[in-house]
Amino acid sequence: MRDVSIIGIGQTPVGEHWDKSLRELAYQALLAAMQSAGVERVDALYVGNMLSGELTAQEHLGALIADFAGLRGIEAIKVEAACGSGAAALRVGYMAVASGLCDLVACIGVEKMTDQQGSTVTSALAMAADAEYEALQGLTFVSINALLMRRYMHEYGYRKEDFANFAINAHANAVNNPYAMFRSPITAAQFAEAKPIADPINLLDSSPIADGAACVILAPTSIAREFTDKPVRVRAIAIATDTLAVHDRRDPLYLEGGALSAQKAYAMAGVGPADIDVFELHDAFTIMSALSLEAAGFAPRGQGVRLAMDGEIGLNGRIPITTMGGLKARGHPVGATGMYQIVEVAQQLREEAGLNQVKNAQLGMAQNIGGSGATVVTTILERI
Amino acid sequence: MEVARYWRTTKQRYQLVGEKCPQCGRRIFPPRDVCPVCGHEARTAVQFSGKGEVYSYSVVHVAPEGYEKFVPYIVALVRLAEGPLVTAQLTDVDESEVWIGMPVEMVTRVLREDGERGMLIYGYKFRPALPVNNQAPQAAAQPMRTPLPKANGVHPEPVLQAAMP
Repeated sequence: MRDVSIIGIGQTPVGEHWDKSLRELAYQALLAAMQSAGVERVDALYVGNMLSGELTAQEHLGALIADFAGLRGIEAIKVEAACGSGAAALRVGYMAVASGLCDLVACIGVEKMTDQQGSTVTSALAMAADAEYEALQGLTFVSINALLMRRYMHEYGYRKEDFANFAINAHANAVNNPYAMFRSPITAAQFAEAKPIADPINLLDSSPIADGAACVILAPTSIAREFTDKPVRVRAIAIATDTLAVHDRRDPLYLEGGALSAQKAYAMAGVGPADIDVFELHDAFTIMSALSLEAAGFAPRGQGVRLAMDGEIGLNGRIPITTMGGLKARGHPVGATGMYQIVEVAQQLREEAGLNQVKNAQLGMAQNIGGSGATVVTTILERI
Repeated sequence: MEVARYWRTTKQRYQLVGEKCPQCGRRIFPPRDVCPVCGHEARTAVQFSGKGEVYSYSVVHVAPEGYEKFVPYIVALVRLAEGPLVTAQLTDVDESEVWIGMPVEMVTRVLREDGERGMLIYGYKFRPALPVNNQAPQAAAQPMRTPLPKANGVHPEPVLQAAMP
């Protein structure tokens, strides 16, 4: 197996891009990444996306984007794992380069959600759950997370406001990220008064749907410095699965898939949670931040919320999370999110995070979650 | 129309039929043919009692397509007496009356409607468990309690009294 590094990164602002189609967003991110790497062609293109068929009546994204970007002829396919699609595409690209089958590979995450109205998007997102035994019962993605959050509060004795710092921290960091959707800070009072969506989840627990695309270019580490003086090494990338439906889990409050993928990634990289300087986690809802911190070994079970309450998740905290705004404030274009996380960790390791730069960040991790934990992709990146 | 898709799961949805693992004895719902605990093939059909308690719950205000007329509705994870958790709506109860640990029992109701001329999909929901020793013969003869019409003029969902075939 060959060692693999990221040699270029690119992203579009996250938001409501009324004037841009899916292919244009993907091309914009791809072009930025290829320019950043100084390459004019890649051997293969892997596109992470969840909902293009349902929301834009367009599948076959590999050929579509390769064609639109002037890369006709190359290997190009779509990779789907619900909201974990972005990082799943990185895993496929990693395997292509590590195996020696490809040298230069582009991995894109792209999602176009704002062409459809709310109930259509709600139905589409519910496809990440079990269609016959969750979605048929009228369950939405938000309500699945609300079920988890209520039970978590019940079992561990937390109050609603204990979760506030996850959202406050994300918004504070998004202020300095020009690509973020919500670049305004929020207060604890605003969190407490936010509109309920599915009790106990309110508007400020929840990440917004959006349009966006992000992209990285991969190459063997042995030639990475021919393209960039700031290569970022992929120390580990691991996918693990759990039951599709929450009701089938051994314990719904434990992300077994998250723990498994984190353990695989730690083993692959030969590091542990204490070695991680930056952690981009999947804060689709505040409860997912808590569960992800616990699954990845940063907090014991039932203690993930404590890290937020005690101020340990800020840029100078014990484990800085959502350093560029996270899903909550950067925005959550579902199939693109995993790739945004990778780009943001790479920004930190390349010292390109501006005012949000975490000092001396050497090792960064991202955890991208599909559905409510059925697919989890953990990636560990290193500054070299 | 997707008639076959719904038709092939009627046993699960109308009668709460799951499986029992012949190896370890675990009761399995929804049916999945392979025991999640021991990995043995589990194809012995078992009907569940329909009794359980609320593990967690929430309320849906923004519904997916096909569920709009039911909002707001309560969704829950219910711990069945036989062990498994099941995802289902709670019915015949107000949100303010629901609590974690509340005893519930299965009833069959309309789950979704595909438009005015489309299919009605029936399936299990759970309601607060009725007292068992409280004039059972009379109670059975009376119509099932129907939720009051909502203030906004939305009619209550239809109530299915007999078990479906």
